Amino acid sequence: MSDENDSPAIGRVCAELLQSRPRVINVGLAVFAIDLDAQDVDVVHVDWRPPAGGDEDLARLLSMLAD
Amino acid sequence: MVDTAALAPAIRRANSKALEILLQGDPVLIDVVPAKDLIPELKEHTILHAGPPIEWDRMCGPMRGAVAGVAVFEGWARDLDEAGVQASKGCFDFHPNHHFSAVGPMTGLTTCSQPLLVVENRAAGNRAYCTVNEGLGKVMRFGGNDESVRDRLAWIRDSLGPALGSALQCCGGIPLRPLVARGLTMGDEMHQRNVACSSLLLRELAPALASAVADHSDLSEMLAFMGSNDQFFLNIAMAMGKSIMDPVRNIEQSTVVTAMTRNGTDFGIRISGLGDEWFTAPVEMPAGLYFPGFSAADANPDMGDSTIVETIGLGGFAMAAAPAVAGFVGAGSVAEAAGITARMREITLGEHPEWTIVSENYQGVPTGIDIRLVVETGIVPTINTGIAHREPGIGQVGAGVVKAPMACFEKALRALGERLGIS
Repeated sequence: MSDENDSPAIGRVCAELLQSRPRVINVGLAVFAIDLDAQDVDVVHVDWRPPAGGDEDLARLLSMLAD
Repeated sequence: MVDTAALAPAIRRANSKALEILLQGDPVLIDVVPAKDLIPELKEHTILHAGPPIEWDRMCGPMRGAVAGVAVFEGWARDLDEAGVQASKGCFDFHPNHHFSAVGPMTGLTTCSQPLLVVENRAAGNRAYCTVNEGLGKVMRFGGNDESVRDRLAWIRDSLGPALGSALQCCGGIPLRPLVARGLTMGDEMHQRNVACSSLLLRELAPALASAVADHSDLSEMLAFMGSNDQFFLNIAMAMGKSIMDPVRNIEQSTVVTAMTRNGTDFGIRISGLGDEWFTAPVEMPAGLYFPGFSAADANPDMGDSTIVETIGLGGFAMAAAPAVAGFVGAGSVAEAAGITARMREITLGEHPEWTIVSENYQGVPTGIDIRLVVETGIVPTINTGIAHREPGIGQVGAGVVKAPMACFEKALRALGERLGIS
């Protein structure tokens, strides 16, 4: 993958992103999505939290026991 | 050295077997029999209670009130004060209902002379038991213990119980799987709403009961008692749940929950792969609505074996089927009720093929709670429950919704890891 080859494409995406209305996927804390929605921004909220509430031992255990 | 790559497939196979046994459960209400004839260990001065093991010194107010009441009822003490003194001196042997194929709502006390409903799971060949529902308000399961409570228990022991037993023998038993399926389509969730199933049961049982009871006045009293008790079916649903879940126990490596229960102090769960070990945490307070004159300040923490109903996918898990109960327990709107069932789908392994929810296009109720999914998602089982007064002797003060404590599921998962050698 070449940064030089991708630069024009990335530039076009960035420009489009900055010039168009934002469309947001919010992951985790719902309050950000609620605030954006209140400002009439298109937003989809994904109700996600770290596995096992962020407990590293339990998450490690789950990674060995889960499908 | 543990082959960790083999663990997940082994658990998947074990859980598949557990779910198959659960879904094949074929419970039939077959009889009502005195407890001492069903449970040989249930001698004088032995009291079975709801929830995981607990002794007198840690029992909550309504549990103590019920213990005192049942001791007088059985003739072990002259009055409530003497019964309390006896209990504090260790005169009674306390054991969980769950250790004897039994369950009981709220305080859940089971003693030798009480008649028990008998549900036979004809797919697995086992039986499970529960006391007969006493009605609402001041009753022993909510900690009531005065003369009116004991007189009602005596009538159930001497009149209603034997009559129900004769009627069930006469009609050959009542299959519960189709009855519950129908009740779900009529708005019951089988924990805090049993209006439809109680009515359907009475309709099936009444002809046989009329044959079994010669005295018209007695028959009229029994029909009025059952007909005026919207929760009569609850205890039957509980024995049904126990009969379905007991055969799911002891499947090596399975992460399926086989029991959830509370004694008013501790909440306990069992999982199939770890046999009969209890994983406990402090019970939580229900959030709900209160009868006139009572408030949250009067409420006792969560209590009862009735969570066996949620364990099989009914109660809070089937909230979407029972929009009327959402209002009764203060769970919010119909949409919120559907949301609760949707969340329960995230922590369960399957759906019941016959117990379906009309408003969800006949999708089956979510069943087969997997502790891995509970811990991973942070979603704990939602339970519909009655609320007892925290003081002994008063009874029911409301109904609400309560969460199972996450710590039970985390403890079970860590214990399973240890058992599998990966802790």
